[in-house]
Amino acid sequence: MGNQMKVGIGTAISRVDGREKVTGAARYAAEYVVPDMLYGVIVSSAIAKGSITAIDEDAARSVPGIVEILSHKNRPGEAWFDRSYKDELNIPGTPFKALHDSTILFSGQPVAVVLGKTFEAARYAASLVAITYQEEAHNIDFAVSLAEKFLPKKKRNTYHPPKTRGEPDKAFDAAALQLHEEYHLATEHHNPMEMHASTVEWHGDGRITVYDKTQGSQGVQAYIASGFGFSKKDVRVVNAYVGGGFGSGLRPQYQTQLAVLAAKKTKRSVRVVMTRQQMFTHAHRPECTYSIKLGAETTGMFTSIYGDATTSTSRFENNMEDIVTWGMMNYASPNAGGEYTVAPRDTYTSADMRAPGAATGMTLFEIAVDEMAYKAKVDPLEFRTINYSEIDAMNELPFTSKALREAYREGAKAFGWSRRTPEPRSMTDGRELVGWGVATGMWDAQFSKTSASAKLSANGHLEVACATSDIGTGTYTVMTQVAADTLGLSITQITAKLGDSDLPTAPVEGGSWGAASSGAAVQLACQAVGKKLFKAAKGLEGDPFGAANFDDVEFVDGHMKLKGSDVAGVPLTTIMRSSGENSIEAEETASSGISGMISMMKKARNTHSAVFVEVKVDEDLNVVRVTRVVNAVAAGRIINPKTARSQILGGVVMGIGMALHEETFADVKLGRWMNHDYAEYHVPANADIYDIEVLFVDEPDPEVTPLGVKGLGEIGIVGTAAAVANAIYHATGKRVRSLPITIDKLLELEK
Amino acid sequence: MNRFDYARAGSLAEALRDGAGDDARYLAGGTNLIDLMKENVERPLRIVDINRLDLHGATELDDGGLRLGALMTNAETAYHPQVEQRFPLLASAILAGASPQLRNAATNGGNLNQRTRCYYFYDTATPCNKRDPGTGCGAIGGVNRIHAILGASPSCIATHPSDMCIALAALGAQVQVTGPEGDRTIAFADYHRLPGDEPWRDNTLRAGELVTGIDLPPDDFTSHYTYLKLRDRLSYAFALVSVAVAMKLEDGRIADARIALGGVAHKPWRRVEAEDTIRNQAPSTQAFETAASALLAGAIGQGENDFKVALARKAVVRALGQAAAGTPQSQIDKRVA
Repeated sequence: MGNQMKVGIGTAISRVDGREKVTGAARYAAEYVVPDMLYGVIVSSAIAKGSITAIDEDAARSVPGIVEILSHKNRPGEAWFDRSYKDELNIPGTPFKALHDSTILFSGQPVAVVLGKTFEAARYAASLVAITYQEEAHNIDFAVSLAEKFLPKKKRNTYHPPKTRGEPDKAFDAAALQLHEEYHLATEHHNPMEMHASTVEWHGDGRITVYDKTQGSQGVQAYIASGFGFSKKDVRVVNAYVGGGFGSGLRPQYQTQLAVLAAKKTKRSVRVVMTRQQMFTHAHRPECTYSIKLGAETTGMFTSIYGDATTSTSRFENNMEDIVTWGMMNYASPNAGGEYTVAPRDTYTSADMRAPGAATGMTLFEIAVDEMAYKAKVDPLEFRTINYSEIDAMNELPFTSKALREAYREGAKAFGWSRRTPEPRSMTDGRELVGWGVATGMWDAQFSKTSASAKLSANGHLEVACATSDIGTGTYTVMTQVAADTLGLSITQITAKLGDSDLPTAPVEGGSWGAASSGAAVQLACQAVGKKLFKAAKGLEGDPFGAANFDDVEFVDGHMKLKGSDVAGVPLTTIMRSSGENSIEAEETASSGISGMISMMKKARNTHSAVFVEVKVDEDLNVVRVTRVVNAVAAGRIINPKTARSQILGGVVMGIGMALHEETFADVKLGRWMNHDYAEYHVPANADIYDIEVLFVDEPDPEVTPLGVKGLGEIGIVGTAAAVANAIYHATGKRVRSLPITIDKLLELEK
Repeated sequence: MNRFDYARAGSLAEALRDGAGDDARYLAGGTNLIDLMKENVERPLRIVDINRLDLHGATELDDGGLRLGALMTNAETAYHPQVEQRFPLLASAILAGASPQLRNAATNGGNLNQRTRCYYFYDTATPCNKRDPGTGCGAIGGVNRIHAILGASPSCIATHPSDMCIALAALGAQVQVTGPEGDRTIAFADYHRLPGDEPWRDNTLRAGELVTGIDLPPDDFTSHYTYLKLRDRLSYAFALVSVAVAMKLEDGRIADARIALGGVAHKPWRRVEAEDTIRNQAPSTQAFETAASALLAGAIGQGENDFKVALARKAVVRALGQAAAGTPQSQIDKRVA
């Protein structure tokens, strides 16, 4: 045990669940087989708006093996009030209720679910359900919807424009350098690898277990209980493995509703899985238009920042995003302000997608910043340091920490930024134009009240548990490492459990708060077990710890020992044996506490990043290759550099997709998304990804969260697409203000 | 259950017998047919599995050409020593398409017969004359970024999706088919068709006919060729525009040039009159531009795909340059040569 490999906080260990994942042993929601289960296949609306006038089920019901067809006509009763369907996100409006009535709100809306004894029978029968509609006029064209844009009433979970600082309009008019441009981001769909799925196990005694594709088991548990007539204690939700979420699993999706309704109707276990095509019928990143006005002195110093953004939502809920504040927070400007509205269209409600708001608002703003740097004839990196703000400039609060300057410096050094020549089209490699671009990333460092338990068995094995989710980010590993660190154990001595509503309370996994929150809870629970161990050690023969206090001991290599002592100390198994207990357990809750609340009011807490990108663009054909990326991240303490790097790599790849590929195409006549599969909805393929280097700059921050962790789920994507766009400008002299930057947009600028 | 009969053909005669009738489909690699069945676009009542037929290998022809079995996979074809050495244009085009997994399963015959990737064709909730004759064309006035700029009709603006077929068109391949009325040979240019007012017909196969092989003529295009594919990402996407060039240079002049375009029409797009404009010319940008203009004469966009006209022109000029210089486009290094 003496030469045990270090496994605790700060160590780059491989995922503890990696083996289960690559061998297929890890079970996902659609992979649980329960006895006597029915397979549900969803029938989707062909129209965007109107109502169902008739459903002909005869052909479908005559298919052998079909047990039931559920629609609005025969669904079981459900809760009456909208508030019963509110989920943790609490989006203002009327939540979508599947099969509620004959009304069609969006194309692809689930209108029936066919339940069969086999999947094949259900799928075939679903194709035979003939639905007649009464169509109504609809609109999914974002440009058209802008005529109806509005600012929803202020409520909890709404974003409102920030307070104006100074006189941005006046300052803009007086500015030596002015920029006023319109920026745009296309609609994107999340498309995690795992399709949304729910397997409902009907126990027959009033209880159900739901294996669900969700980012939060307890949120779904509460939702099912309040919306579908269950007592909360009778609903258990399991999401032990989640094949990616990106925000699409923050809210319960409609397959959960359908599976629960179907189980209630048939009193049997039911599985409902969306098709890839149906993955394009719910959550998506809102389309955005963002008008940015910047004023600066000839030196490049900002005198005015003003942004006016609109994002898309549905007609039944107002999903809002924080678009215009990022630039105002990040850059020092005496005058700043913004406006924000949403524009409703006849789609499902838009949703949080990796770094919601920032991935859109900060990215588009960072393109404008780049444009201003050229106007000022200042190197784009230098320009950002000229306008560097030590404080959150919008809220006028100091940060708990902000090592963005270090990120700029270390990123620039790793990238070789000093060798950049300033003029667009000044760097070439054969027939390719070479461009180097930079952008800043910013996200919130959040913390959310979370509980965890720890249980040390007599054989020295520790189990830590928390109802949080691991959406591929590495939560199992982080929980294991924090526990190993706290109680001095090796990885093989620890089991981490999560993804189960029966476990200690945790919020939905999102917003990059997972590691900071569940990590802190696990640490507290393990510390509590440690204290109980210390108490038990008092009964050891010979009283080896004598008059020592708990603060005088530490846990190393499976032993409790006196700090600073050369003696190995006492094995935990010996203490357990002497205690006479089978196990020692503790459950603790990590919350911000009073000092944390005060700190939150007085200080801003954010992650930052500096993204450097090299592109090579064929001069004639405009084929773009992103040949090099350096992303320097300031995110406080890094628990596991390996899984952390993976998170940033994934964010960068998604950012490259945002810059060059991702866009869902709307047929405005049909009111329908058309490129609804992986063949035609493009995300980067392997060939699109070259070198990506991830750096974590030193940023000790004991104040931001209990572990000093800021979270990494979102920061990797923020700014990446802007750095690509800025590099393309540097390479070609072509400024594209609408993402993604496809070949046609670059060609258009040659006219 | 979506009921269909399944028959595994042990001989060509059995295949033809079981494959007769509108409701039968031949199954080879299944990479397109099965997808279409899942989407309810194809609903055959009989599947005739032809994988056991003796159409797998490549054989040398008396005239020095090479016959590719219809059931050779795309990967077997691209990596076949004879294809790699003598028909590198074909190997290159195959490797520009799909993914290794798909190329391992997809066959040559199936590649010829794959259906369009038009969004509307794949979505049964939308109108499509190719899928459901008479329902109209959703792409006209709809989402048509990937659609045709040449040879389209008021009833259909879909494109043919294959990369392999663009090279076969340039190489002047011949398609061997057999059917109830016996064997016949179809010149590649006559195999696929324009949509006209019968867009549901992709090719000129007659009822019950089956592709048995593809003959490659012995012409030597090993020194001056290229397959240049432009798409919305660097791999695993269908072509916005692709160009296959097979060229012969003699004494610094172009003795023969074949230019075929993909991603622009309902069939691989060739025009002999465009190729004639550069015959006996020295390679030059000006000559290539003339050829491109002739090849693209009459090209017209549908709105979202207007850019394809300019892009195709540039791609043709570049591809001709690559072929003339003997620097074919690599399908591994994504930098445009």
